[in-house]
Parts: sequence; C-alpha cells; structure tokens
Amino acid sequence: MAIKQEKQDREKRTCLYERHIAEGAFMAPFANFCMPIQYKNIQLEHLAVRHKCGLFDVSHMGEVTVKGKDAERYVQHIFTNDVADAPIGKIYYGMMCRENGGTVDDLLVYKMGEDDFFLVINAANIDKDWAWMQQQAKGFEIDLQDRSDFYGQIALQGPEAEQRMEEILGLPCREMTFYTCKTIDGVIVSRTGYTGEDGFEVYASHEYIQRCWDKLIDAGVQACGLGCRDTLRFEVGLPLYGDELSEEISPIMAGLGMFVKLDKPEFVGKEALAKQKAEGPTKKLVGIELDDKAIPRHGYTVLKDGQPIGEVTTGYHGISVDKSVCMALVDAQYAALGTEVEIQIRKKVFPGKVVKKQFYHKSYKN
Amino acid sequence: MAKVIEGLFYSESHEYVKVEGNVGYIGISDYAQHALGNVVYVDMPDVDDEIEAGEEFGAVESVKAASDLFAPVSGKVIEVNEALDDQPELINQDPYENWIIKVELSDKSQLDELMDAKAYAAFCEK
Repeated sequence: MAIKQEKQDREKRTCLYERHIAEGAFMAPFANFCMPIQYKNIQLEHLAVRHKCGLFDVSHMGEVTVKGKDAERYVQHIFTNDVADAPIGKIYYGMMCRENGGTVDDLLVYKMGEDDFFLVINAANIDKDWAWMQQQAKGFEIDLQDRSDFYGQIALQGPEAEQRMEEILGLPCREMTFYTCKTIDGVIVSRTGYTGEDGFEVYASHEYIQRCWDKLIDAGVQACGLGCRDTLRFEVGLPLYGDELSEEISPIMAGLGMFVKLDKPEFVGKEALAKQKAEGPTKKLVGIELDDKAIPRHGYTVLKDGQPIGEVTTGYHGISVDKSVCMALVDAQYAALGTEVEIQIRKKVFPGKVVKKQFYHKSYKN
Repeated sequence: MAKVIEGLFYSESHEYVKVEGNVGYIGISDYAQHALGNVVYVDMPDVDDEIEAGEEFGAVESVKAASDLFAPVSGKVIEVNEALDDQPELINQDPYENWIIKVELSDKSQLDELMDAKAYAAFCEK
C-alpha cells in the first residue's frame, strides 16, 4: 500500500495552523497551503455539517477588492454573471473566462457598496487570477488590491449555523437571506458556503478569526477538514476548480450556463461562450451512478461500448447517499439522463448510468 | 502507537503475510489502516488469480483516495475475504484478524525479503 507523506515545510500556513496542529488534525498540502484534511474522520465531520453544524478554516481562499469610479464596469468586464444595478449586500457566483471560453477561475462577487466590490477566489489560483485581473484592468479607473494575506476566513455550515453565529459569536444574522452579506465593525459576514447546507462565512483579521475559532470550538462545534468540504460539495453537485472547471472546461460544458449572462453587453469570453451555447458544447459534465461499490476517481476513463468517451472529474462512495457516484466530463452525445456507460476502475470495467449530478438535495435558506 | 504482531512478515508498502504451512494470509498493517482512515471499499482479485511479489493485486479505498495493494509474495489466490465486500470497515477494526486474500505460496524464500515485527516497527518509526 502506498502511503503519501509529502513535505509540508514549503507550504503557507493559515492563521489557524497552530490550532490544527494542537488538535492533531491530519495536515496535507492543498493549493500552496498546509491545510487540515480531517480532524477525526471525514464521515463524522460530513454528517455534523448535514445534521448540526461544522466549522471550517478556509483562510486559504483569496480576496481581491475592486474600488473606484469604474469598479462596476470592470467587474462586468471580467465576470460572467451580471452585477448591474445590484443592491448593496448582494452576492453573485460566476466565472472569469478567457477569450476562448476557458475558465480562469470561479468566484464570488460581493457588492459591498457603490463602486466597491469584494471578490473571493480559489486559493490555488490566487497568483494566476491576480495576474489576469491586473492585465484586464487597463483602461479602468479602479483601485485593485489583493487582500488575501490580510483576511482570515472561517465557514460555519449546517442547520445549526445561524443559532451558533448569533449566540456564540454575537453576530446577528437571522434576517440575512442566502447570498447576501453585511459588514459588522469591519467584519464581513455572508450567508454563503460550499456544502449544500445553510451557513455563513466570516472574513476578518487573523486575530478576530482566531478568537471566533476558539469560541466555537469551546462551545463544542465540530472542526471540519477539507476532506469533508469536498465530499459535501460533491454530493450536491457543486463544481471544484481543477476538477469540474479548468482552462479547458468552460462553464457551458460544466452545465453552469445560468451563471453566464450572455445578454450582458460585454465580458471576456462572451463570443466563445455564446457560440458554445448556440452550437451545443462538444463535452458535457454529467453525474454517473455505478451499480457496484467500486469507486470511480478523478481521471478514470468513462467508456461506451468499450470506447473512451470521457473522464471522471470527482468520484466518491457518497456519504449521505450510500452509492458509488461521480461527476464526469463526457462527449456530449452521451450526456442524456439514463445513458448506459462504463467506467474503467483499475483492471476492471464497471457498468453505470448517467444521472443528475446533484446526488443530494441542497437545503439553503432563502 | 500502531500495533505490530510478532510472527508475521511485513513489506515496506505496509502489507503483511501470516504464514500457515504453505498458505499465506495477506492484509494491511495497523499502521496502514491508521494512515488510510475509514476504509470504504476493498478491491480484491479473483480466486485462482496469480499474484506476483511486488506487483499490484488490488486496492483499499478510504473516503478520499484509492491506495494500491502490492503483493508481498507470489502465489495463487485460494480465497478472498468476502466479508470485506459488505463490511470494509473490518479492516479498521482489526487489520490482522481481517486478512484480505489467502494465497498458496509459490516461493517461500521470498519471505526472507520481508521484515519481521521488530524491523517493521522500527521502519514505521522512521
């Protein structure tokens, strides 16, 4: 059996690193950071989020602020979703794309004020995104800042998150609707997450985030690692950049067309994405359910009648759904629900069928 | 501390062989099951398959990833532990009691290449 033990000294550490070590979390490199993958076990942490609540260190995420006269016009230029005339406090999910439609990153855009936006990007892409954003900023009167090193971030997720936010952190949030944010004494609180459950994310100074972490842990909230963050997001069909989205996988291929507003006057990649949508993408992201318990993993080949038709992007033996399931990018003609396919798992081939890629229902609070 | 049992033979890739006459019971060590976390699936060869020392013969899967199993010795598979199909977590409960495959050893001298309990315990400490 191969056990991977990679060197951890070159990775960056979040402001909660010492706490993870003290708790005995299993640490591993993720997106240039040394991050907790699990505390006790992934199943237990996963189920805590589904049924009670769980606490995540997501300080590795990147934050970029866009301010100034042209802030909205600039965001409209780099972002596939439409923030025109958005109310203050509204949050949008969408992508930044290249001219050819390939995805630079998926991100959240917070409208903090008139001419004031807060962008949350993937840790693995901070350097690439920052370079792209600067390159795209020519001709816009904006103040663009990478604030990733300033902000710590926690995510409190699950049906009990609201109560915990108010009672333990003293952050009033019950009136907030999903995908909105507010600022309380410089602390940014949003009703967002990456688990398919109701929940909140808090962005603040390292000291503030450390205090929040300690209070929640002392109150008995389950600390959760990135392992269950992945199983949770996967079960509800949320994409992960690098798996379901990439420079080669456009939002249209990934089935995220609803976050690409082709009726906007202009944004980078619009022509390519409009063409893909009109002609139909050559590849599509699907869900696949296997009859057997063997587990399809990232990179495994999907076959139809023995011929390769695509690749698994993420796969697990589901935790809330007791089945072997995966998302896969396949040739578009095999993407219809019910299509019978096979997946090569090591030396054997296992039959499965195309299903919806939401294996578990989201329970957001609207 | 991971448990190491006297009298077994251990590989550097953390498989063990328990020898009874000409038969070897192959499984993964306690150290390995700890490192993996919850085992959710065990991919086993078929009965009558020939396995080759050093070659991959199956996999154990945790929630997060698949880890290949490497044969510590060569031989013919005479039984697979079918209980693991429905209860892969038995490997976490007791990896030495819950062997994965039973093989007819084709070359017992291969056991000399493996570590004894003391050497393996020291190997895991490194």
